[in-house]
Amino acid sequence: MRSLVGAALLLLGMSALPVLAADGKDITARGTPDRAASCSPCHGQNGQGQPATGVPRLAGLNAQYFERQLESFKDGTRKNRIMLMIASDLTDGERKALANYYADMATPKPETAPADPAVIAAGAKLAATGDWSKDLPGCGQCHGAAGLGVGTDFPRLAGQWAVYIEKALRSWKAGDRKNDPMGVMANVANKLTDDQIKSVAAYYESLPVAAPVHNPDNKP
Amino acid sequence: MSRNPVAPSVPAVAVLALAAAGFIGSMLSASAAAPLTGATPEQPPAAKTEAARPSYTPPADSDIPDGPFGDMIRLGEAIFHDTRHNAKGFVGNDLQCSNCHIDRGRQPNSAPLGAAYLLYPAYRAKNGHVNTFQERLQGCFRFSMNGKAPPFNDKVLVALETYAYFLAKGGPTGVAVKGQGYPKLKAPDQPADYDRGAKAYAQHCSLCHGGDGEGQKSADGQTVFPPLWGPRSFNWGAGMASINNAAGFIKANMPLGLGGSLSDQEAWDIATYMDSQERPQDPRFVESVAETRKRFHDEPTSKYGLVVNGVHLGEKSPPSGTIDAAD
Repeated sequence: MRSLVGAALLLLGMSALPVLAADGKDITARGTPDRAASCSPCHGQNGQGQPATGVPRLAGLNAQYFERQLESFKDGTRKNRIMLMIASDLTDGERKALANYYADMATPKPETAPADPAVIAAGAKLAATGDWSKDLPGCGQCHGAAGLGVGTDFPRLAGQWAVYIEKALRSWKAGDRKNDPMGVMANVANKLTDDQIKSVAAYYESLPVAAPVHNPDNKP
Repeated sequence: MSRNPVAPSVPAVAVLALAAAGFIGSMLSASAAAPLTGATPEQPPAAKTEAARPSYTPPADSDIPDGPFGDMIRLGEAIFHDTRHNAKGFVGNDLQCSNCHIDRGRQPNSAPLGAAYLLYPAYRAKNGHVNTFQERLQGCFRFSMNGKAPPFNDKVLVALETYAYFLAKGGPTGVAVKGQGYPKLKAPDQPADYDRGAKAYAQHCSLCHGGDGEGQKSADGQTVFPPLWGPRSFNWGAGMASINNAAGFIKANMPLGLGGSLSDQEAWDIATYMDSQERPQDPRFVESVAETRKRFHDEPTSKYGLVVNGVHLGEKSPPSGTIDAAD
């Protein structure tokens, strides 16, 4: 709907004006007039990301969570050189448009070689029950038993690439990522061993991606 | 081996038994309510009491045997972890046992299940007779789960009892061990305060439990963060509706994975705020809210029947024992 409006406005030659004119699909393919790089070359045409390099899957992420990540790249609470440049070149309206565009995207998970079943099983156990000898909750206790994410603060992990999840956990551990509310992820990541990081990452990559649930509160 | 630090007077024993499994219906006669503050002659301050207690470690998951007995233990664990799906027909809200008994009933200071098992059978002032462990579990379903009690020897109770017995292995029978029940916090420096609690709740709790205590579900409709009040939470008869229990639980275990990070004052304030909200009716309701308070809630640790923020708590409570037709 919004893209239709955007397209109509473009036709009317009003492209640079209202926030509404920002068109998620257009930005992913072509970038923005203010020279923000386009998304698709790295994140894929369907937001599927790259399993080998750890570029995250964006399809189906909660819109508000997504928007906040772009803000975090810009304000430095999430350190990433490339994303800092891109996020800085986007307007508020463009960030919102991208967030909504990706949130509504139902992209199947590309087939990849499965990880070692023993590693996945160890990850499944940790995700379900945690490791309370270290006061470590199970991932599923916040991200949901199926890893589908909860609300605007606990993103979907199901079907996310293992390499990316490992990177993310290591960034919290290193303090390169500080945008977690109440420091919940820093607390979790600092309690994880390298083996535990690898096993939960492999487990979540192995899970099916459910179709995104459209959140009517994400009004553009 | 240390002795049981609590003098074996009937009220104190009742208190021990009451504290045994955390989620206890509310509570005691006024005369026996005093020990709940943790600072009476019968019960020395919690810290000393705790230090004098023996500890034991529940067996590991890998110690569960194969065969029918092991299967029953595993079923108990499954009920504990996902009560709604595995104890169908007995649950009337969106809670799981493991919401308040952390780590599948293993975590010290969150009313661990094995430590509770060691203290039963016990006389309970709540109902004035000696309760078996199964009867104690029935109370959990009736009050904490806002549902209905499974009949004695129902598979649900047998499985939970078997799981508790497994977790109690190696612990001293009849003795309160370290980390049993919820910690008894000292009275707060300043009287616990609803408004301060509301602020602290917004700061430390609402991220997960929602701005209005409604909890949060994941995209597939499964409850992930339990509702703390309202129609889908524990009812007025549950132990967690008593401010002292809630404060001890919050202090030791909340926010999840960050237990011990809140001050005692914050724990008391948040508990007061949470337990000053409407929730399903006490299933023992008799005649009127005032009469029900007099009989079951006549103590400073319960807000039932009092007016808070212009709301007469208990007057417009959602119904108790709401089992979904689908279950």
